Amino acid sequence: MTIKEIARLVDGEIVGAPADDNYEVKKAFASDLMSDVLRYSMDETVLITGLCNNQTMRTSEMSDLRVVLIGRDKQPDEDMLELAEDLEITLIKSKYSIFKISGILYGAGIQPLY
Amino acid sequence: MHYSFDIERGNFADAGQASSSVKRTLKHLGVDPANIKRTVVALFEAEINAIAHAYGGRIDVDIDDGKIVMVVADQGPGIPNLDLAMQEGWSTASPQVREMGYGAGMGLPNIKKNTDDLKIETTVGVGTTVTMTVNLT
Repeated sequence: MTIKEIARLVDGEIVGAPADDNYEVKKAFASDLMSDVLRYSMDETVLITGLCNNQTMRTSEMSDLRVVLIGRDKQPDEDMLELAEDLEITLIKSKYSIFKISGILYGAGIQPLY
Repeated sequence: MHYSFDIERGNFADAGQASSSVKRTLKHLGVDPANIKRTVVALFEAEINAIAHAYGGRIDVDIDDGKIVMVVADQGPGIPNLDLAMQEGWSTASPQVREMGYGAGMGLPNIKKNTDDLKIETTVGVGTTVTMTVNLT
């Protein structure tokens, strides 16, 4: 699934780095705990989180994440948006809860990490 | 190649800058992506630990053809019980650190998982030195 398709499904807005139409997302991991994000391989994965700060970006960088879905209507500040652009990470902002986002993406065929 | 970085207590705004810089260098050197990933995850965990718990410190990274050696040395407070600290889920992190998304007690176990060699020297009241080695061959 493309990043734009995911954004459409969760009624989201794309910010940060522009969406790469050639990047295919196959899996998702939902966590507000960055310690857990660092434990797993994040290939072809979208991180779904309500944690909206620079540490979300740094953790994503170390984990090689290309796309992060920020739920619960959290608003990234200018610093975070700038960092996302620098690190070439696309953010999707959604007003939906993490549970709703996860349900929608799972129903659309996105797989869990485990 | 040698790189060093300073660690400032509680400075979460800059947390990850050292790991980010090392990541860029390793990419530039053409190091295998899997080795880059485990190197930067281990270094990032150690960086976060030092920022969260210590009173300041220093990171030294040495890169050669065969291996990457990273030394994170901090000043105080030291780890009273290293066996407990190595257990998944055991943590003394403050609520502030937990709000940042860390402090779940996964840091040291994750460093061990991602490195080929891990040495921790710690003295309560003095400091902790974490030496991590990732073999490239």
